[in-house]
Amino acid sequence: MSGAVTYCGHCGGPLDAGSHDACAERLRMEPPRFCTRCHRRMVVQVTPTSWTAQCVEHGETSSP
Amino acid sequence: MTEVSTGSTTADAGSTTGGADILAIAREQVLERGVPLDESQILEVLRTGDDVLPDLLALAHEVRMKWCGPEVEVEGIVSIKTGGCPEDCHFCSQSGQFTSPVRSVWLNVPELVKAAEQTAATGASEFCIVAAVRGPDERLMTQMREGVKAIKEAVDIEVAASLGMLSQDQVDDLVDMGVHRYNHNLEAARSYFPQVVTTHSWEERWDTCLMVRESGMELCCGCLVGMGETVEQRAELAAQLGELQPDEVPLNFLNPRPGTPFGDLPLMESSEALRTIAAFRLALPRTILRYAGGRELTLGDLGTRDGLLGGINAVIVGNYLTTLGRDPSEDLALLADLKMPIKALSSSL
Repeated sequence: MSGAVTYCGHCGGPLDAGSHDACAERLRMEPPRFCTRCHRRMVVQVTPTSWTAQCVEHGETSSP
Repeated sequence: MTEVSTGSTTADAGSTTGGADILAIAREQVLERGVPLDESQILEVLRTGDDVLPDLLALAHEVRMKWCGPEVEVEGIVSIKTGGCPEDCHFCSQSGQFTSPVRSVWLNVPELVKAAEQTAATGASEFCIVAAVRGPDERLMTQMREGVKAIKEAVDIEVAASLGMLSQDQVDDLVDMGVHRYNHNLEAARSYFPQVVTTHSWEERWDTCLMVRESGMELCCGCLVGMGETVEQRAELAAQLGELQPDEVPLNFLNPRPGTPFGDLPLMESSEALRTIAAFRLALPRTILRYAGGRELTLGDLGTRDGLLGGINAVIVGNYLTTLGRDPSEDLALLADLKMPIKALSSSL
């Protein structure tokens, strides 16, 4: 998935509205739940050593 | 015993300092004779202060070493069916009744085998397949049948399952599939359960646990602490688990999930979590006591080490069902540093 990051992957809120420091901290221990381009909820699958998150519009992102 | 990474706060309003008496009793009763603490004794332990926590953890570690040995059982877990659960467990992001961001998804059989392979690669001897359901329907049982068969053909690992409440026929089917351990948590003490779940009863959970225990499968039955229960209810829970006598107790610490009724509860204090670990070990001297969800947030790295030196003898490595865990290599390095051997697959067969 590529493109401008506009929304928070944790809470789905606009990145330019308020602080998302706490969200960034949570994303160290959680996969993103919202697409950072359109804030749709994503379909997320966590496995023992990886994760994938699928946005119906913007495709898949995955753990590093 | 290493220095304990506790905070300065006490466990609950009911906490007291001291506790040397109950530790002396526990040493003679649990360590020497292997007799678990009863509910009132567990409560005394839970009410001890931070000043005796290092001694309490050291005693719990001695109990674990004497009655369980130095080995640590390592397990990986995966969600075969995520989200959309009809139940209302107030801690769970997978309930379809709350406004959680978790969406429904199913894992297919090849993905299931891949997850088992990932788990086996960490050195784990256990792989638990978990579904967010009230109980399994025919679609899920079919997926399990195909998945367990495929895993057994491809991966050298024990397969466990956690699929909610079961009928006797479903218990029998899981035994036939070769599932060797079944997880069904009590979650909370009987007296607190109605504050946690309203869509099914504590007794229904208990009944499934009894069926599993009678089936020949090993019973894994744990709980979640830090949900607002009192220390009295925590002692009650430990005693109820002791009465059930599961082979394994996974101990979860609440990780408040956005959108759930418990989403705004505070994290448990690390000292309180460690005291709970030790109390559960003294209530369950011969049981596999496993670190499960929430330990990374509640205990951090230092607390994780303290718990392994305070009664814990099993870990879930890697990620959880919807959240992420530590890198498995970090946990394995910690076990090596503590000179705690990983339980080999052959010893559990």
